[in-house]
Amino acid sequence: MSAPIQRCKLCQTRSKSLLFSQLRYCNKSFSSSCKLNSATKHNQVEAWQPVIGLEIHAQIKANSKLFSRANTIFGGPTNSQVAFLDAALPGTLPVLNRRCVEAGVITALALGCQINKVSRFDRKHYFYADLPAGYQITQQNNAIANNGRFHYVQYGNKESDIREKAVTILQLQLEQDSGKSLHDDLDKQSLIDLNRAGCGLMEIVTAPEFHSGDEARSFVRDLRQLLVTLGTCDGKMSEGSLRVDANISVHKPGQPLGERAEVKNLNSLSSLKKTIEFEIKRQIAVIESGGRVINETRSFDLDTGETLPMRDKEVQLDYRFMPEPNLPPLRLYHRSDLKGAMHGDKVFIDDLEKNMPVLPQERRGNLMQNYGISMYKAAFIVTENLQDIYEELVSTRNVEAFTNFFINTVAARLLANELTLDQCPIPGKHIGYIYDQYKEENINLTVAEKLIDTLLADSSVDPKEHIRLENLWQINDVAQLTELCKTIIAENPKAVSKLKRGKDRAMNTLMASARKATGDRGNTRIINRIFKELIAQSEGRD
Amino acid sequence: MAHIAGMFVIRSNQICSRLLNRQLFQCREKFKLPDKPEWIEIDPKALPPETVLDDSTIQLIERLSLVDFNNKEGVERLKSAIKYADQLCVVNTEGLEPMYSVQEHEELFLDEDVVREGNCKQEILRNAVKVEEDYFVTPPGNIPLKQKKLFDKEGS
Repeated sequence: MSAPIQRCKLCQTRSKSLLFSQLRYCNKSFSSSCKLNSATKHNQVEAWQPVIGLEIHAQIKANSKLFSRANTIFGGPTNSQVAFLDAALPGTLPVLNRRCVEAGVITALALGCQINKVSRFDRKHYFYADLPAGYQITQQNNAIANNGRFHYVQYGNKESDIREKAVTILQLQLEQDSGKSLHDDLDKQSLIDLNRAGCGLMEIVTAPEFHSGDEARSFVRDLRQLLVTLGTCDGKMSEGSLRVDANISVHKPGQPLGERAEVKNLNSLSSLKKTIEFEIKRQIAVIESGGRVINETRSFDLDTGETLPMRDKEVQLDYRFMPEPNLPPLRLYHRSDLKGAMHGDKVFIDDLEKNMPVLPQERRGNLMQNYGISMYKAAFIVTENLQDIYEELVSTRNVEAFTNFFINTVAARLLANELTLDQCPIPGKHIGYIYDQYKEENINLTVAEKLIDTLLADSSVDPKEHIRLENLWQINDVAQLTELCKTIIAENPKAVSKLKRGKDRAMNTLMASARKATGDRGNTRIINRIFKELIAQSEGRD
Repeated sequence: MAHIAGMFVIRSNQICSRLLNRQLFQCREKFKLPDKPEWIEIDPKALPPETVLDDSTIQLIERLSLVDFNNKEGVERLKSAIKYADQLCVVNTEGLEPMYSVQEHEELFLDEDVVREGNCKQEILRNAVKVEEDYFVTPPGNIPLKQKKLFDKEGS
């Protein structure tokens, strides 16, 4: 039996110079994106393996809260979206929101989880001003779903460095959100707004299978896209709809896991990566200087990613979990469980599974399989939500050429204008027309880009009409271009002599003049060729 | 005439009460209630050792529960409560599913996702001791400590 394939644990490459001792690290240096000293080789830093697990709190996209029917709109007037239950006034009882349950089930199905048909709610006790009841209703021990798996994509420096990775989802549970507190340092007080208190959250707990801030960030990016596609969360991290807690520790491979520290409420992708990288380095520094990493909760600086200890760092929190006595178990059904009579009030897993939209990972796979494009290109198209229009147009055209045009021109213009196709829908046939004209050399690339910009500004424009009106057709007539080139050569003796001496950069001057003279409509390939021929001819004569 | 009716009432009462007794007797049979109270003495040796409450534990419990009991009477009361609860350890629960609520088999009602509550700011804020611009005012919360930079960002 041959030996199993071995790869460098950090960069995943197979290399002949791989050190096959227990270390399994290659001789490569870190890339510049890694903040560790770039001259350090992987095998010298084998000392430390970071281990990261994430807890993602995604606010469920629903009209009302999890256990009360108060509004959930972001930014509402202070304390105006608070029901009596949310303020923990005595005499109130929780009433579960059906939509939140459905959102939990749909998300769990998309994450490939095992749905628990009977789940229970628990109380998690701690004292804080933004938690009026003194406890949070959550699902600690018998959650709605366990044991899923999510595939995400991690980009590298080059297009070909893209990797698909997977992580185990340990648990998905429904829980209440707490209120929002603003800290007034000047007056030494906190201001509490309970509008958010009681909103439904899905807490998604991953196994500690990440080993870098970049992996964690890639995962959250793809998870966010999944949730937005499913419609169960609006993914607006800036509004706090998606918050991440990271549990970070370091250890030497082969040795037991180190003590972990937790960083809470990371709410942007960039600060997620920066903060995790900082915390890894901080822990390494603490251990190497003889200290001990404390199991504590730390907060972070938004700009620098530095982590800071919070005030009560010495005390271990004991949440005193107990079953929520006011709520019987939550039961989910398959249609086959209840035959005969109509049961409109129950949640059926089959119905939700039937109505699931196509998931991003599947769309990516479909594009790769149906058209043979690379994972990078497929991932890009799906991330920018362009797959429908792409599939509509690519089926009748040359795949490689059209894909490159689609990504480098169409999508690039969208991104440059900071727009999405949902915001300004250009009819597919117009994009197809522009591409076809470009392919047949009737318009050049610059004109194509300008046309896209025009259509983005006003999608009712007909590109054919526009080209005719603005006279944007490409000039392909060799005779006409030759005349033009002769004129330009006569007007630029210095550039011509530079070219003759072998300074190829002087061609740029000639090309620029040609572009100006033709109003950017000349066929640059032909012009370039004509210039070279004319100069060669004049050299022959001289 | 009246005394015949009276006799009839008395007779039917006797039949009723006998029927009721038989029902009660059958009920008792179903629930296996003993006729006389049965008392089980618990052997003190079967109980776990008495829990030791040192200062740090008491402080931790006070902090977690926000109950001030760090005096002789309070600690004694807590100790006796723990001792009383220790008797549960003697009960054999092998193979039994824990019962969390007598409502175990009730259907959990799922409400439609319609906004019907809230929009009662005045009522919500009515009991607050201090209010500022519609916010509840509380003592300062868990704020990160601003530390001097002990660790060089670029690594040692």
